[in-house]
Amino acid sequence: MRRYIINRILQTIPILFGVTLFAFFLLRLTGDPARLMLGALAPEEVLEEYREKHGLNDPVLSQYWRFIQDVFHGDFGISLPYQEPVLPLLLDRVPVTVELSSVALAIGLVIGIPTGVFSAVYRNSWWDIVIRAMVMFGQAVPGFYLGLLLIIVFSVELRILPTGGRGGLKHLIMPSVTMSTYLVTLIVRFTRAAVLDVLSSDYVRTARAKGLRERIVLFRHVLKNALIPLTTVIGLQIAGLFGGSVITETIFAWPGVGRFTVQAIFSRDFPVLQTVILIMSAVIIIINLVVDILYSYMDPRIRFE
Amino acid sequence: MLKTSIPLEPQKTNPDETARERNELFQWQIREQTVLQRRVRIFFSSPINTISVIFMTVIFICAFFPENWLPHDPRAISPRDRNIPLFWMEGGSTTYILGTDHLGRDILSRLIFSVRYSLAVMVCAELVSSLSGILTGLAAGFFGGLLDTIICRLVDIQLAIPTIVLAIALMVVLGPGFINLVLILCIGHWSRITRVVRSSTLSVKTFDYIEASKALGASNGRIVIRHIFPNVISPILVLITLGLASILLTESALSFLGIGIMPPLSTWGGMIGDGRNHLYEAWWISAIPGIAISLTVLSINFLGDGIRDALDPQMQID
Repeated sequence: MRRYIINRILQTIPILFGVTLFAFFLLRLTGDPARLMLGALAPEEVLEEYREKHGLNDPVLSQYWRFIQDVFHGDFGISLPYQEPVLPLLLDRVPVTVELSSVALAIGLVIGIPTGVFSAVYRNSWWDIVIRAMVMFGQAVPGFYLGLLLIIVFSVELRILPTGGRGGLKHLIMPSVTMSTYLVTLIVRFTRAAVLDVLSSDYVRTARAKGLRERIVLFRHVLKNALIPLTTVIGLQIAGLFGGSVITETIFAWPGVGRFTVQAIFSRDFPVLQTVILIMSAVIIIINLVVDILYSYMDPRIRFE
Repeated sequence: MLKTSIPLEPQKTNPDETARERNELFQWQIREQTVLQRRVRIFFSSPINTISVIFMTVIFICAFFPENWLPHDPRAISPRDRNIPLFWMEGGSTTYILGTDHLGRDILSRLIFSVRYSLAVMVCAELVSSLSGILTGLAAGFFGGLLDTIICRLVDIQLAIPTIVLAIALMVVLGPGFINLVLILCIGHWSRITRVVRSSTLSVKTFDYIEASKALGASNGRIVIRHIFPNVISPILVLITLGLASILLTESALSFLGIGIMPPLSTWGGMIGDGRNHLYEAWWISAIPGIAISLTVLSINFLGDGIRDALDPQMQID
């Protein structure tokens, strides 16, 4: 078990390293980061001054090394429009996004898991067919479009919910529903497949042959085993939640990291973009690592790979 | 008409064949004729698949629809006819069946006109990502070793960064443009294809006939092309079909944010983005293209599932 953990952690290091490389080279893809930062109209002297100031004339490797050192000291550069260090700006907005994402995740689990189980247990009944149809629709509708539709129905026509901004429950409903939709469809599909899988397995047949009541069979044997792979899926969807937060927060003017990223794009605030990529990816990688380790803890079979 | 299982033409009689040989040949011909046809029949036996094919055909026709045949010029700005609602609503007219947007442009014409750009991006991105994905997956699976490790790490790195954030960052740095957009959309899909191809290749590599080919002196290229690749195609086909849907959704999201396809070219996502500031007075500007996107993605998903079921060797016609 410990060897597996160590192995997994060792595998993660080159990936983290690769992500920092990507974030570093992002600004240098077009050749001249100074021109990228200062715009196409900046005169040559201003560009040269900028290059000197930020050490852009040094060899690339030493620039990269300096970049890594800065990252470890928590120095992610200065945001151009705000003229403030990037990290505090980001950290201010993280709890805002977490608020939205965790509600979306909660909705996804609370609605998704029971629906998936129900759909599997009553396979091919009318309910199952309706649920599967709704899942297909949920996966076909683009996230941003669903958000707009909700705004049209509830804010424009019915006028019972605000169009956006952060606040109490009324402000939270529509963005979290929008963000959770794709997640719900995924969880329903996955839970249904997992439960179907488990329902046809030997130990369930044994439990039924023993004469156990169906409900005990369901809860004690089926659910516990079907939900194990679900943790992997949920962990992997954290990346999806980050991406979804970008679009959803923009539509509903929710002041989180996602909206901040989009604002940074349009104001060409590259230090912020670079940092967002770094931090988001690092979080995703770490969460995947934790999920893998958790999974190996819950399913002893894979520890011996 | 699809051929049935039994060939209708009598076989040419060859006096040198024995009756037994003729019978064996006969059986083989029956089998060879029916594999593809059987799969196609399984595919079309479900009405949903047929409807999806019809819908996608309509979409393709829209892509090649000549501009002159459109009911109105999709680019014509007409301040007099701004914000006309759908034809059955109050204030609507049958000249503009799906209404007009805030600049007076006919929505139906723009809808049909936008298909070509969305489709062009989708097809190009899909082609490039599939080809490169298949190549890297085959290379990683077949050659193994350092090449495999490097490719796997690249895939992991790319999967660690959320697609939208990656696409947005690259679009800003590289600037707008069709080719940039295609390349960026490729990146997300490439890694999934590489993974699947690699694992298929790894499992096919263990088959005995691969070793037999090597013993007979077949070159690596020949083994890969003639033996490994055909076995890898079938899961790929489903992935490629479903990939079209995810590329369409990503491209719509980018165009919606304003960094995908730029005006004067338009896509459905861009139309939704245009209408976003006019939800109170003209909600149909955003609502209509979204329905189009949803229906298209739905069709593609049904097609993908249908192809997967048709290729499944255990599926029989009920």
